[in-house]
Amino acid sequence: MGFHYILRRLAVMVPVFFLVVAMVFFMIRFAPGGPFDSERQVPPEIMKNLEAKYNLDQPLIVQFGMYLRDLAHFDLGPSFKYANRTVNEIIAESFPVSVELGLLALVWALIIGIGAGMLAALKPNSALDYFPMSFSILGICLPTFVVGPLLVLCFGVWLDWLPVAGWNTWEDRILPSLTLGFAYAAYISRLTRGGFMEVRNQDFVRTARAKGLTEGQILLKHSLKGGLLPVVSYMGPALAGIISGALVTETIFNIPGLGKYFIQSAVNRDYTMVMGTALLYFALIFVANFLVDIAYALLDPRVKYE
Amino acid sequence: MSSLSLTMGQTGVTSEVDIPATHEAGQSLWKDAWLRLRKNRMAVISLAVLAAEALICALTPLIAPYGFETQTLENTLAAPSFAHWFGTDALGRDLFTRVLYGGRISLAVGILASLVSVVVGVVYGATAGFMGRRMDSIMMRVVDVLYAVPFIFLVIILMVFFGRNIFLLFVALGFTQWLTMARIVRGQVITLKQKEFVEAARSMGVRTSTIIMRHLVPNSLGPVIVYLTLTIPTVILEEAFLSFLGLGVQAPMASWGTLIKDGVDVMEISPYQLVFPAIMLATTLFCLNFLGDGLRDALDPKGAKD
Amino acid sequence: MLKRLILCSLSLGLIFSFAGCTQKSNSNRQAIHIGNGGEPKDLDPHITTGVPEHHIIQNLFEPLVSKDPRTLEPVPAVATKWEVSKDGKKYVFHLRKEARWSNGDPVTAQDFVYSWTRLLKPETAAEYAYQGHYIIGGKEFNSGKLKDASKLGIKAIDEHTIEVNLVNPTPFFLSLLYHHSLYPVHKATVEKYGAKWTRPENMVSNGAFKLAKWEMNKVITLVPNPHYWDRQSVKLEEANFYPVDNLDTEEKMFRSNTLQVTNEVPLEKLPHWRGDKTGVFQNYAYLGSYFYWFNVKKAPMDNKNVRKALSLAIDRERLVTFVTKGNQMPGTMYVPPGTAGYNPIPRLPKDLSRLAEAKQLLKQAGYGEGLKKLPKIELLYNTHEGHKKIAQAIQEMWKNNLGIEVELVNQEWKVYLDSMHTGNFQVGRMGWIGDYNDPNTFLDMVMTGNGNNLANYSNPKYDAIMEQAAKERDASKRFKYFSQAEDIILDDTPLMPIYIYTRNYLKNSSVQGWFNNIEDIHPLKYVSLTF
Repeated sequence: MGFHYILRRLAVMVPVFFLVVAMVFFMIRFAPGGPFDSERQVPPEIMKNLEAKYNLDQPLIVQFGMYLRDLAHFDLGPSFKYANRTVNEIIAESFPVSVELGLLALVWALIIGIGAGMLAALKPNSALDYFPMSFSILGICLPTFVVGPLLVLCFGVWLDWLPVAGWNTWEDRILPSLTLGFAYAAYISRLTRGGFMEVRNQDFVRTARAKGLTEGQILLKHSLKGGLLPVVSYMGPALAGIISGALVTETIFNIPGLGKYFIQSAVNRDYTMVMGTALLYFALIFVANFLVDIAYALLDPRVKYE
Repeated sequence: MSSLSLTMGQTGVTSEVDIPATHEAGQSLWKDAWLRLRKNRMAVISLAVLAAEALICALTPLIAPYGFETQTLENTLAAPSFAHWFGTDALGRDLFTRVLYGGRISLAVGILASLVSVVVGVVYGATAGFMGRRMDSIMMRVVDVLYAVPFIFLVIILMVFFGRNIFLLFVALGFTQWLTMARIVRGQVITLKQKEFVEAARSMGVRTSTIIMRHLVPNSLGPVIVYLTLTIPTVILEEAFLSFLGLGVQAPMASWGTLIKDGVDVMEISPYQLVFPAIMLATTLFCLNFLGDGLRDALDPKGAKD
Repeated sequence: MLKRLILCSLSLGLIFSFAGCTQKSNSNRQAIHIGNGGEPKDLDPHITTGVPEHHIIQNLFEPLVSKDPRTLEPVPAVATKWEVSKDGKKYVFHLRKEARWSNGDPVTAQDFVYSWTRLLKPETAAEYAYQGHYIIGGKEFNSGKLKDASKLGIKAIDEHTIEVNLVNPTPFFLSLLYHHSLYPVHKATVEKYGAKWTRPENMVSNGAFKLAKWEMNKVITLVPNPHYWDRQSVKLEEANFYPVDNLDTEEKMFRSNTLQVTNEVPLEKLPHWRGDKTGVFQNYAYLGSYFYWFNVKKAPMDNKNVRKALSLAIDRERLVTFVTKGNQMPGTMYVPPGTAGYNPIPRLPKDLSRLAEAKQLLKQAGYGEGLKKLPKIELLYNTHEGHKKIAQAIQEMWKNNLGIEVELVNQEWKVYLDSMHTGNFQVGRMGWIGDYNDPNTFLDMVMTGNGNNLANYSNPKYDAIMEQAAKERDASKRFKYFSQAEDIILDDTPLMPIYIYTRNYLKNSSVQGWFNNIEDIHPLKYVSLTF
């Protein structure tokens, strides 16, 4: 795992980065409807002025050039929808919230998921297998917009134990992160189980079994690294997905995170916001995948990166 | 010596070498797998249930008791009765009929989109993993780029340019799922690449494409199948989310996803709206799960279940 | 393992039950928590267009003339008294000398001249600039044709006197002044901070409240303006607006006492809340009309008989009873009854009593039994549960009553707007909330060439009547013209009214001074909480 490898990956990222910027930039302008379309028909002179204000009347190439120039200074531009805010400001306010929500959800997901998956792999096709796996199926086929309101109804309204919405006190964090993490726990438990099942039939595990170790010991000492491989693979997209896909959770619990903006900015044709969130997403994924690849290499000693 | 020929025999590679009769000659991997699958009761039951579902959904236009859009405005959100087995929805339409029709859409989404993702993802990932070095690096960076493109914009633009073609929607959804499939397959292939039988095949001069298609792909299928049983529900639920944004099935048609979403809205008033489609979805996923497990176990060449 | 799981969750639950007894509605403070729909795009009165923004802005800024919260009659605000000329085209406003901005500066006539000029300046690109087109030179200055701002029909005679000259006698002008586009802004602040002048640390406002906190997508907090001329009337210490766009969440927040007033009620919950006897459910007529446009440039909608037939073939009563459930009034007329005292004649049936006539009209157009089959009609609406339900119901009605095939086209908001504005639709849904309390705001939209005339409808007779109405001062004569106008459009049917809006929301019984009116105006300076 050389320094050269890291450097090379970073170098490859740069042209790819530009490709992403260009692709998203031109793609979003193809969708019909502009940022200033509103229910009351805007008179053409006003529309002209609005567009001039945001340089939308320039040819696309010029606009792209201006965007790149600003990007070099880390300036993501003003938001087209929220007139007095810049994209940088909005992201700076909302991104930490999403990260917190995402990490908490991931913690729930890993604990519940890996735990359930390992349990199931201990004694396959037994009750110990079926119960957690059935529970995980429920988690997969009950989307966030069902789990959330259910939990809120139960704990927030009927029992009045937890807050219904908001993001102020530590109690506010519980239901949303659990809701978001629930779906991922389900996936992780299945992947864990799958991974351990793969491993259990491999030679070195059979050897251990022949030596007389219990299933539990095998699980923890020998299979762990190999069994967790699929989970590790999944972590890359899962992490980025949790943070951005928290849209529904953030809507249900009224949380001021970035997930909302991912979709909203497309719907609003807020071009700069779309670009900003897309670029952030890209950076997130790159980092996440990079970390995953490192973890993969650490876990499976046979994997070599040339 | 014997393990080598065993593998070779299963992958159907012919050779001049005399194959000791430890195993029926010429037996293909798949036939073998089918024999094993048949012994797994849960998997067989699941297959039967899924087949029945598919049949019912195909025959729905002939057997549904009402039209899926027939409204009786006086009788909205009714509880199950003899006339309406599942009750009625907010516009007085028969829920049982709508669940049947919804199944048609949802199953179609699941199958088509997943097929797309499997085909593209497996070929891509296997090639990348096997090629290694620069090819792998480039191919995976392309995957990173595509991950970073906010998927929703792609679908919005597609829907707008090419109209609300439902099959196009499925292809679009499939295309968003192949990325993770490719990653997983690549990971598997990288691990498998190091194994002896690949060395052997290579040293025997077997063509690269044959190695990929005949050796690596079948042996990677384990996690692919497991992930496939996760892709189908993901796709079905993503369709619901898109419908939520107005890009999925057009009203008055419905899918299980949209029925579930409608059910959440009236959760406290008429829980049946949520319960019935959710049960249908859960059953389908349960069956997919057991079938997937069965397939994975059946395909594992080292597979001897405890 | 299972046992341990159960015990764990039980104990966790116990811990939470103690923790959960924390912050609900803060004890006995005069602090109100209001659900406000969406995050405001901005709080600059000249560039915003939405209702959530207006809810906040009307408490931050004060116009020349305000409205009585019960009767909506004009009441003195920044202006103490005013005179109107005989021809109705000249107004003179006398400003109160004790009116102050939140930083202590006096509110002067020049503030209003500066503000209205800013509204109309092309560079401001204000979407509601057309509210300023009623004054002389407004339209020309806004389009850039007139460059000299001093030629505008608003002048500061002295520090506390304003003279306004209008193009036409605009009888609803005093009502118009309550629209946020005509509010004053503080010149020095705007010029110093540019686009950031609406931040809490920068904003200077002249209303009963000032901006204390603005956490995007979280909360906007207002506190009383210490320099407001009527400070002692203001009883609230704090007003909090929450941008909750999910209606279910908002309803749950109300039930758990986190909000005292909601913005809406989830559609399917309406029957439940209508049955509520505690007085929490608010339901009253609203100044808005829900209708479908017919694009008269696209066959078969170019045929008046087809349009009218469609309009007569829906059961409006059943729609509002079973589909929209909000006690809305069936759209048997277009202008909401009670708008400035105007009561339109119902010209459309509320049920299917004129269905035979509809079929007859279709026959005349050449469609129906034994004749040509009417081609499939596309019905466009934007993504929204309510619109979807109505569209599906109407699709069924047209199919059952006239044998017509309808395809529902559901587009997301921007795509829908684009389609509507470029005439890329056959039948398209529309909701129009009045900008001010006068039938004109509904009727002038259908005139030839009006930017909001999405049907591309043009009838010179209609235009002539509306122009005469614009010049008319006498209320009853005006209403006669309006009635003639409605006669024409409900016959020509460029639009098909479906229902008249109602407001539906929840309000805690502790909230006082919050009155129901057709414009849905609830200035917080009159509001207080009882415990």
